[in-house]
Amino acid sequence: MADQIRFLQGNEACVEAALYAGLNFFAGYPITPSSEIMEQMAVRLPRLGGKFLQMEDEIASMCAIIGASLTGSKVMTATSGPGFSLMQEALGYAIMTEIPCVVVNVQRGGPSTGLPTNVSQGDVNQARWGTHGEHAIVAMTASSHQDLFAVTVDAFNIAETFRTPVILLFDEVIGHMRERLVLPQPGEIPLVERLRTAVPRGVDYHPYLPREDGRLPMSDFGGDHRYNVTGLFHDMWGFPSDNPQVVHGLLRHLVDKIQNNVHQIARFKEYYLEDATTILVSYGSSARSALHLVENRRNRGERLGLLELQTLWPFPYGMVREKCARARYVVVVEMNMGQIMREVKIAVEQPDRVFLANRIDGVYITPTDIRNILRLIQGKGV
Amino acid sequence: MAVKDYIRERFFPHMLCPGCGHGTVMGGMLRAIENLGLTKNEIVMVSGIGCSSRISGYVDFHTLHTIHGRALAFAAGVKMSRPELKLLVPMGDGDALAIGGNHFIHAARRNIDITAIVMNNRIYGMTGGQFSPLTGYGKMAATAPYGNIDQAFDTVALALAAGAGFVARTTTYHIHQLVEIMEKAIDYKGFSVVEVLTQCPTYFGRRNRLGSAAKMLEHFKNTTTPMGSKAKQENPALIERGIFAQRDLPEYCAEYAKIIEKARKEA
Repeated sequence: MADQIRFLQGNEACVEAALYAGLNFFAGYPITPSSEIMEQMAVRLPRLGGKFLQMEDEIASMCAIIGASLTGSKVMTATSGPGFSLMQEALGYAIMTEIPCVVVNVQRGGPSTGLPTNVSQGDVNQARWGTHGEHAIVAMTASSHQDLFAVTVDAFNIAETFRTPVILLFDEVIGHMRERLVLPQPGEIPLVERLRTAVPRGVDYHPYLPREDGRLPMSDFGGDHRYNVTGLFHDMWGFPSDNPQVVHGLLRHLVDKIQNNVHQIARFKEYYLEDATTILVSYGSSARSALHLVENRRNRGERLGLLELQTLWPFPYGMVREKCARARYVVVVEMNMGQIMREVKIAVEQPDRVFLANRIDGVYITPTDIRNILRLIQGKGV
Repeated sequence: MAVKDYIRERFFPHMLCPGCGHGTVMGGMLRAIENLGLTKNEIVMVSGIGCSSRISGYVDFHTLHTIHGRALAFAAGVKMSRPELKLLVPMGDGDALAIGGNHFIHAARRNIDITAIVMNNRIYGMTGGQFSPLTGYGKMAATAPYGNIDQAFDTVALALAAGAGFVARTTTYHIHQLVEIMEKAIDYKGFSVVEVLTQCPTYFGRRNRLGSAAKMLEHFKNTTTPMGSKAKQENPALIERGIFAQRDLPEYCAEYAKIIEKARKEA
């Protein structure tokens, strides 16, 4: 159907996907290069009876979506590096209190104000370790608008399944680039709705007592059950506790519910890996150039392949090790100083075969850039 | 319901110091809720970090204990998502006006239907007696060992200027006024600010040689006066108590409901 095909920005595709996933609450603060997301939310959400809030800063935006999610809304905020830095404390609160939410970071050059309108993938490790304390996190990305749509819907599903914040780590090129998007039909991509408790009103409800499968049925805050939510370590009723057993149990639960389900969370795509002797590992907009180069060199008979990561955290070490087992060279293509390369080195059996093809100057990495680095690695000279 | 039906009795005795005024504020608030005939299920209490914020653990409402200074931002999310709920946000002076100052003025500006209770004991108690934005010039604190050179905010003037619809002040000595003001504040449709001067004998009192909790309460009696009183004209140093504003202003959630209607018509 013609009306299902759109030509739009990645930021707009993200909005379409969030609404498809059932988003009904958004709070944000303007920042380049993510502002189009909140502008579109301001237009679209009220039409659907949803809520849109422009808050006084990114800290407040993050706090507002957590409050809204707790009461039963599907929520999201969107920002870029400086705003993402401000959100870190509240992000940790959402991890600790297990409140589902989706946080979009359309990456720009950093540190600090950096390059507001230029591309970068420098926030990969911030997404992993930005908030303090031991924890697990989910971070995902995409290289095309069609994938961005699917990954965004998946982010909402994972947030609900595991009661966790999910970070969508897009970048400026994906956010601002325009390309085709075929809007999926309603029901085409399955949606995970919130698991709500079956405990009736008046019966003791344990908000933080996981079921056997690790999932925590929620009770909409302000509804049938009165309970406590705190960022302190807490018992199964949600009340503060410093009992070592309770603390140990909660921290293990928070980490294990993500780490034990890497296979379910890990999304990736592979191109020509079967016989590849050189494997490019990439993600986000960098993967577009990587794929272009791979297909170009394939035509000339070179055995190049691409492993495109869509889930960055938890890092799928086992999968990467397996896919790269037979490669002579593994070249990580990214726009930072090797943040994913370090993880790939940890994953593979021979880390000295892992190389980096990158740009860190705010300019989008091209197939030619990658090819030049590849020739150096292969000892062919540029 | 009796006041004790609103509390989680199993957590008592509470963690606050002997002589602390925060229990009085909590008691006043609960009596106001009782007088208004509110049910426990319609009240959400959101708090930040500090002595005052621990109150949320002791009351049998929906309670959300959040991060330092951000309670009002969380509360805005809860309120916008579920406008039918009553939102109460107890905050300390540091929580509300130092780290949370930005959220305070913007919540006031939006006039969102939340009751903010600023429990002003002029000190950071939980961390051991450092000066707050309400400590005041010349006072002593752990981080002002030679006397404080920071000027204090006037919470009432700040809330009024920021656009809060309801603004009031009282003290833990004036318990009847406290209950009456709390009732009106909770009942008010919009952002209501209640500043309660409350005693911290452990840190503010001790550092500033103000004596026992009873002495500090007496001090509230002697240094405050009803709004617009003759005593105030004669002695401008007196702090006024009472309701400074109860304005008929558009409330944020009600305004947003209109936006939804408008957007649906235009879509």
